[in-house]
Amino acid sequence: MGEITLVEAITQALAFELQADQRVVVFGEDVGVNGGVFRATEGLQDRFGSARVLDTPLAETMIAGIAIGMAAQGLRPVAEFQFMGFIYPALDHILSHAGRYRNRTRGRLSCPIVYRAPYGGGIHAPEHHSESTEALFAHIPGLRLVVPSSPARAYGLLLAAIRNPDPVVFLEPKRIYRAARQEVPDSGDALPLDRAFVLREGTDVTLISWGASLKETLQAAEQLAEEGIEAEVIDPATLKPLDIHTVIDSLEKTHRCVVIHEAARFCGLGAEVVAQINEYAFDLLHAPVQRVTGYDTVMPYFQLEDEYLPGAPRILAAVRKALDYANGGAV
Amino acid sequence: MHKPRMQLLASFDIASLEYLDERGHTTQALPDFATPDTLVAFYRQMALARLVDDRAVKMQRTGQLGTYPSSLGQEAIGVGVGAAMAKEDVYCPNYRETGALLERGVTIQEIYAIWGGDERGQNFRHAREDLPLSVPIATQMLHGAGVAFALKYKHEQLGEPMRVAVTTGGDGSTSRGDFYEAINLAGDWQLPLVVVINNNQWAISLPRSEQTACKTLAQKAIAAGIPSLQVDGNDVIAVREAVGDAVERARRGAGPSMVEAVSYRLCDHTTADDASRYQPEQALKEAWSREPLRRLRSYMQAHGFWGDSQEEEMQRELNQALEKAVQEYRDTPRDAATAIFDHLYETLPEAFLEQYQQLRGEN
Repeated sequence: MGEITLVEAITQALAFELQADQRVVVFGEDVGVNGGVFRATEGLQDRFGSARVLDTPLAETMIAGIAIGMAAQGLRPVAEFQFMGFIYPALDHILSHAGRYRNRTRGRLSCPIVYRAPYGGGIHAPEHHSESTEALFAHIPGLRLVVPSSPARAYGLLLAAIRNPDPVVFLEPKRIYRAARQEVPDSGDALPLDRAFVLREGTDVTLISWGASLKETLQAAEQLAEEGIEAEVIDPATLKPLDIHTVIDSLEKTHRCVVIHEAARFCGLGAEVVAQINEYAFDLLHAPVQRVTGYDTVMPYFQLEDEYLPGAPRILAAVRKALDYANGGAV
Repeated sequence: MHKPRMQLLASFDIASLEYLDERGHTTQALPDFATPDTLVAFYRQMALARLVDDRAVKMQRTGQLGTYPSSLGQEAIGVGVGAAMAKEDVYCPNYRETGALLERGVTIQEIYAIWGGDERGQNFRHAREDLPLSVPIATQMLHGAGVAFALKYKHEQLGEPMRVAVTTGGDGSTSRGDFYEAINLAGDWQLPLVVVINNNQWAISLPRSEQTACKTLAQKAIAAGIPSLQVDGNDVIAVREAVGDAVERARRGAGPSMVEAVSYRLCDHTTADDASRYQPEQALKEAWSREPLRRLRSYMQAHGFWGDSQEEEMQRELNQALEKAVQEYRDTPRDAATAIFDHLYETLPEAFLEQYQQLRGEN
């Protein structure tokens, strides 16, 4: 098999698990005959039949709700929401039931569900098609929240999510669905759901980002390298539970940190990262942790989306601020 | 003015079913299952549900229980639904069907534990596959549709015997999208799902007449393309017959259906409510004349298989069982504080260990 894109890695993981586990069912709007609007389920209905890869009527609350009943009966439902902007009717079920079923029944019933949704901006889509509201899900107890950023991680993390005994919200950065190709062996090997990935090693500053923003983050790191500044780049990938240890290990070397995400700043996950660094690694810091985020505005229509999204120049400016603070600061 | 000519494409009707009128007189020949033994068992279970509810309200009033939703007046619905299901079927309840829970083998202590603020009550000892009580309105109907999908899937793909999911909700639940989405999908996918609407005439303070322009709630199923009917929800024989028929239809693969059981909420919405603020006194008085226990007792007495002595003996036995359950509920020690983490995930992620240890007083 040649190199594949992130979205093809999603398909490959779904196919592997449909083949391996009779309990797995895949459903959502247009996921069957049409293979999904982004083709994430391309060919799966042909291969596994319409009893296991199902087109649903157009109703997101229903998609979220039936997954709970299926899971309570021991199936492994993988539900697709067409865009994150349309997931909000499903929140009631994800928050009020999926995240609570195991606890509410004291372990009698559980919800091994994967709720998938393409997310994030940058593809010049209509309103409601460019959301990145992952913080809403990170706040819900009982869930796991995963955002892959490469074909290999998409494959391994999705397999882990499907096999996980608890509900996982799996957000796929659609801007990089086809941005890069990578060899991804169809080994069936899952990746851990509680471990951050160090994408680039460095000693001068730690850059933390996830999803599509990693593209600009890595670009910024390359540019810094030309100036002799070595940035370490961390992709938490699993945003909940968050692997803060990898971040702390990095801060032992760099003492400076910038968190980058597309989502709005206020109560964005950057705030949680900063808070945990304060709690566990305050003494390591030589400068306040900087945040580069989407603005606290509504996600704009696409003509202005590039202004909204954090690009390399804003990341570089934040890095310089972190570095300059040390130069002229108290340390 | 010119009136355009149009073709009639479809027409519908809604039937209503009743066997016992409010005086306990039969309005038609009873179904085969309605033997004296079965009717006594129904009566007994309805009487128990009433006692369980009554004691729950009293315990709430004296600080021994949290907020409680009584099913006073609607006992025939719960018992009829529960009796219509096979043990291996799956019940997906709302929060107001004491009779159905008892029929399913949920214990009185478990019911009291739930409303006494203890999740362990939802860990049903007997009805292991039944869903927990659902407090958000109508959400359980979608879970029921998912259960029904799984049961059909396991039958068709894995060769298991066909089982049926039964879900209940109140009249208020039929205003929610979840209700429509559940019955629409059930029809579309021909799921083995039975939806029973307990039309007790009140969504807290909003009367049935102000909830919808529909003449019946049963007709809402027409929009989903699934069969439905209305039954006298105070007639346990009618409820058992209609729901039993729906369950058997689903079991033989003929798809979902809906039953609207018309009754009346003879109590407050919950113990936190005061229905006298909105419920007309006269309507309540009239509703008491139609309540389900008295009419069945009248029938049983008129047909010579029930009398005062049986009634006294039954009440004594039920009260004994109730007292035992109340005592067990009171004697149950509080759950360990760490239980709030123990079942959050199958394995608690390391990221939450610090909070867990804090709760245990370890740091």
